[in-house]
Amino acid sequence: MAKNNRTLMQGLIIGIFFGFFLQKGGVTKYDVIVGQLRLIDFTVIKIILTAIVVSMLGISYFYPKDMLPVKTKAGSIKNATIGGLLFGVGFGLLGYCPGTIAGAIGNGYIDAVTGGLIGIVLGTMIYAMIYGKLKEKGVLTQDKYSEYSLFHHMKGSPFKVTIPFGAIIVAVLFIMEMGGL
Amino acid sequence: MDFLVLERWSPYVVGVLIGLLNVVSLLVSKKPLGASTSFMKLGGIIYRSFDKEKVQNNEYYQKNELKLDWGMMLVLGIIIGAFISAMLSGDFNLIAVPSMWANEISGSFLLRFFSAVLGGIFLGVGARWAGGCTSGHGISGTSFLSVISWVAGIAFFIGGIAVAFLIYGM
Repeated sequence: MAKNNRTLMQGLIIGIFFGFFLQKGGVTKYDVIVGQLRLIDFTVIKIILTAIVVSMLGISYFYPKDMLPVKTKAGSIKNATIGGLLFGVGFGLLGYCPGTIAGAIGNGYIDAVTGGLIGIVLGTMIYAMIYGKLKEKGVLTQDKYSEYSLFHHMKGSPFKVTIPFGAIIVAVLFIMEMGGL
Repeated sequence: MDFLVLERWSPYVVGVLIGLLNVVSLLVSKKPLGASTSFMKLGGIIYRSFDKEKVQNNEYYQKNELKLDWGMMLVLGIIIGAFISAMLSGDFNLIAVPSMWANEISGSFLLRFFSAVLGGIFLGVGARWAGGCTSGHGISGTSFLSVISWVAGIAFFIGGIAVAFLIYGM
């Protein structure tokens, strides 16, 4: 019980930081998120790509020391694409993604509560209803990339891969900045 | 501590902080950042209060423990954290129709309400189908160097960009 409560508190505190950072980044706002999808405001992609580089380098340091888990999701390229595109349609129509629905609620966006929260909860219920059918019809297959992470297959230090990859992402960001995006 | 009352921080500063937060989360709680699973659990808990048997017999809900957990607290925390940040900078505003939508589409509350619900439904189905969202796949999974997460993350933006252009034009 005590351990369970500690886990809940950790979730709450990490969430508070996450929400704080999202709001300071401006991505708890419809105009900023949809500005990204209309390719007129590149805040969202700058935040995501920077977060990926830092997180990837942190994982490269701690994973070989066995200090954190690398748990990746099951599924397939096919279903990541289908689900991802469906998600994208919702992303464009609503203007928030799941995490930023919560952030937008904290920022005062009423449409994130009345529309976003209700809609996404309904959406997950619909998925739970059709899950059995999807499975039965053999849609929910897993391919060789299910639960695949490159970290599981690297020999030697992961930095050999992640530093060059991170450098490419930083270069992309640099070019975007130079291009005035 | 003036930076705490600033309305906006550089996206690069925010990106670094969120990246570090993901690492801290993995070190401390052994869990990556992610949000969409919690909405599914919330839905299951609500549904269960109406029809217990149906949820207990549902194959998808059976795979998941429907109780208050780390991820749901994380989502609650996001609401609180965003609220604190907005209050500190005087950036908290009650908005029913976002200004971009109001200026270019319609000021109607109902139209925005229904499109938001529909958008949310697609988001919910899509997130579960793909196995994650912009946080779970887009930040955590990609930095785990998961191919599936990179594909999902790119698909999120392809779908989103297409719909944004359909709604707002070129």
